[in-house]
Amino acid sequence: MPTANELKERIERALPGAQVAVQDLTGGGDHFRAEVESDRFAGLSRIQQHKLIYDVFGDEVGGPIHALSIKTSTPGDRR
Amino acid sequence: MTNDEIRDFIQNAIKENRVMLFMKGTPHQPACGFSARASGCLNALGVQYAALDVLPDPRIREELSGISGWPTIPQLFIDGELVGGSDIVLEMFESGELAELLGVEQQQAPAVEEPQPQQRPVGLENRLN
Repeated sequence: MPTANELKERIERALPGAQVAVQDLTGGGDHFRAEVESDRFAGLSRIQQHKLIYDVFGDEVGGPIHALSIKTSTPGDRR
Repeated sequence: MTNDEIRDFIQNAIKENRVMLFMKGTPHQPACGFSARASGCLNALGVQYAALDVLPDPRIREELSGISGWPTIPQLFIDGELVGGSDIVLEMFESGELAELLGVEQQQAPAVEEPQPQQRPVGLENRLN
């Protein structure tokens, strides 16, 4: 079962320099919330930004990672 | 139904319904918090939308994700375009972008009582089970 820390590290490896916070929403190891700030998101639509995160986990999303809620932002972008 | 028939049905549903929500459960009985949140935003805006329950057959979700490239449920399409999953729909609802995209007025205070969904039934889930 994935842990919040493992997800955090995998996002950080995929997006070097990103500010990443991952929370296990239920403590059950399958509902997570990831908040990611990265300049890689600049110019991308929300869908593209979120897909960058989903792609890190491939088909684990909807499998062992039952739910992954995402919030993305670019540095200096207070939404 | 074959996989191709399911894929064709999904593509038609996206094309024919200006606002098309693929969700777990139905707007009246959402089977997952994220799906409830997405349909809740549409209900709060009072827009008419078609909703399709992906739970009756796992192939619906597989074919849908194959079409949209989005791995999770719910998925909201407006004018044939994927708008997003639950997070993006909620973000857009809270910022007013969803109301703007749908061309409706956003009520200032979200409706207190649970507004009734304006859902038109989509035939797929009835034929599958």
